[in-house]
Amino acid sequence: MLLLFFLSSGLFLGWSLGANDASNIFGTAVATKMIRFKTAAIVASIFVILGACISGSGTTHTLGKLGAVNMIAGAFMVALSAAVTVFWMTKLGLPVSTSQAIVGAIVGWNMFAGKETDFNALLRIASTWVASPILAAVFSILFYLILKKLMHIWKLHLFRLDAYTRVGLVLVGAFGAYSLGANNIANVMGVFVPVTPFTPFSIFGYELSGTDQLFLLGGIAISVGIFTYSKRVMQTVGDGVVKLNPQTALIVVLSQSIVLFLFASKSLETWLLAHHLPSIPLVPVSSSQLVIGAVLGIGIVNGGKGIKYGLLLKIASGWITTPVLAALISFISLFFLQNVFNQSVYY
Amino acid sequence: MIFKKTKKLEMQTDQFLDKVSEAGLTFLVGVKAYLNDDKEEFEHQIEKMRILENDADFLRKKIEIQLYTDTLIPESRGDVLALLETTDDVVDIIKYTLVEFSVQVPNIPKEFHEQFLKLSDHVIQAVEEMVSAMRSFLRDPLGVRNYLHKVYHHEKEADHLAEKLKRGIFASESLDLSEKIHLRYFALHVDMIADYSENVADRLSIYTIKRSI
Repeated sequence: MLLLFFLSSGLFLGWSLGANDASNIFGTAVATKMIRFKTAAIVASIFVILGACISGSGTTHTLGKLGAVNMIAGAFMVALSAAVTVFWMTKLGLPVSTSQAIVGAIVGWNMFAGKETDFNALLRIASTWVASPILAAVFSILFYLILKKLMHIWKLHLFRLDAYTRVGLVLVGAFGAYSLGANNIANVMGVFVPVTPFTPFSIFGYELSGTDQLFLLGGIAISVGIFTYSKRVMQTVGDGVVKLNPQTALIVVLSQSIVLFLFASKSLETWLLAHHLPSIPLVPVSSSQLVIGAVLGIGIVNGGKGIKYGLLLKIASGWITTPVLAALISFISLFFLQNVFNQSVYY
Repeated sequence: MIFKKTKKLEMQTDQFLDKVSEAGLTFLVGVKAYLNDDKEEFEHQIEKMRILENDADFLRKKIEIQLYTDTLIPESRGDVLALLETTDDVVDIIKYTLVEFSVQVPNIPKEFHEQFLKLSDHVIQAVEEMVSAMRSFLRDPLGVRNYLHKVYHHEKEADHLAEKLKRGIFASESLDLSEKIHLRYFALHVDMIADYSENVADRLSIYTIKRSI
């Protein structure tokens, strides 16, 4: 029971990920009534769980290199610190990413436990925060130009374009949900992997390791977040900062999904290494910042009208403030957990 | 399933636009028949026009209902519905004008036949270009501009001709004032067909910007 309590902070992170980040994938499609919320929620839930269980280990491994939290109480507090940081910064209206918060919280644990932080790993992770939205922008520019050209060549009837876009939004949304699960499950359950309370067992001849069970649980938490709260967020996204039409929404989701996938796919990394190509680090990145990058890309192609430079500056400042704040909260709360509640948070 | 519905809707919108175009051409033939005093042909065209207007109405309603019940093109549904309705208004005014020839039987002196024909020709060309612009809007928004400027051109020409015709009518010494006012009414109504087409063109020019990605 206590073990489950300790997992609760991770599950809460999962819930909040589902509630917020599913809107990055299906938000515009649902808000513009291209897809029903029920369809979006079912597709997103299935694929987010699949992504987490099949491809979630890559990014988890990278977070593990940064700092392997070795007591479950410590892991609980690291995840909780990240959750509190996200909640606090959201309250203040600052753009925040769970990925950046969890990294900060792990570094906070490293400092508290007196473990050395692998600065190479930290640098690798931090560089992806900058690179990933840029990459999303590059992809969206590319896809936008291609789609514009194709639409001019194909001359699809408005009704047919509508039908194709609906199908495209579901397919790309499924890919996006898979990539989100694969990339971001590390934020939710990564810190618990070294201290998993679950023992392996077999089901239909397939062995579920402790990590698999954690990822499955995290995936289910994300799904619960999608079903219980994301509808509201999706409607806000649709009416929000940037109004996208269904075709540009498709481009934004596709660009975002590809970047999430690139930063999560182990098989792609293996393939790149086998062909002596520079590999892409497997790091959890922020899907919200990828969306902003992708939308920015479309803004650039259209002559840079309506780009909110203030928002970009806020995001860039979040790359520093989020992990620093999370590290601080993590350090202080670990101190309390250890000294006030007499829990071992490291060994 | 979704593609089957889409295909059917595409066909229906094409049929609707065919009816609009046909109504324009029927008007032209009808006016010619009236001016040539070919009563039989004129009444035949009136009958044809009634059927066309009915069919266009029926198709428009069918398309509108399907767009709503299947929640299709949610982003541009309002625009498309507005376009369908304003285009249907064009058919209505074409039919109304032709039927008024049959009801009021205006006495058009020979000297004005040529101008009436020219005016009718320009307004129907405006309708034709508007229909082409609509078709282009549905398939190739970038091509809409190629037709819009032609709609505006014919509408302006029609305005110019209608004014010239009205001046000629009121300057005529062989007509009574009542006949002059009667003829002016017809010149005005024929010209209004081009104005209605211009309304559709105005909407198209805005919706095209929204439709291009």
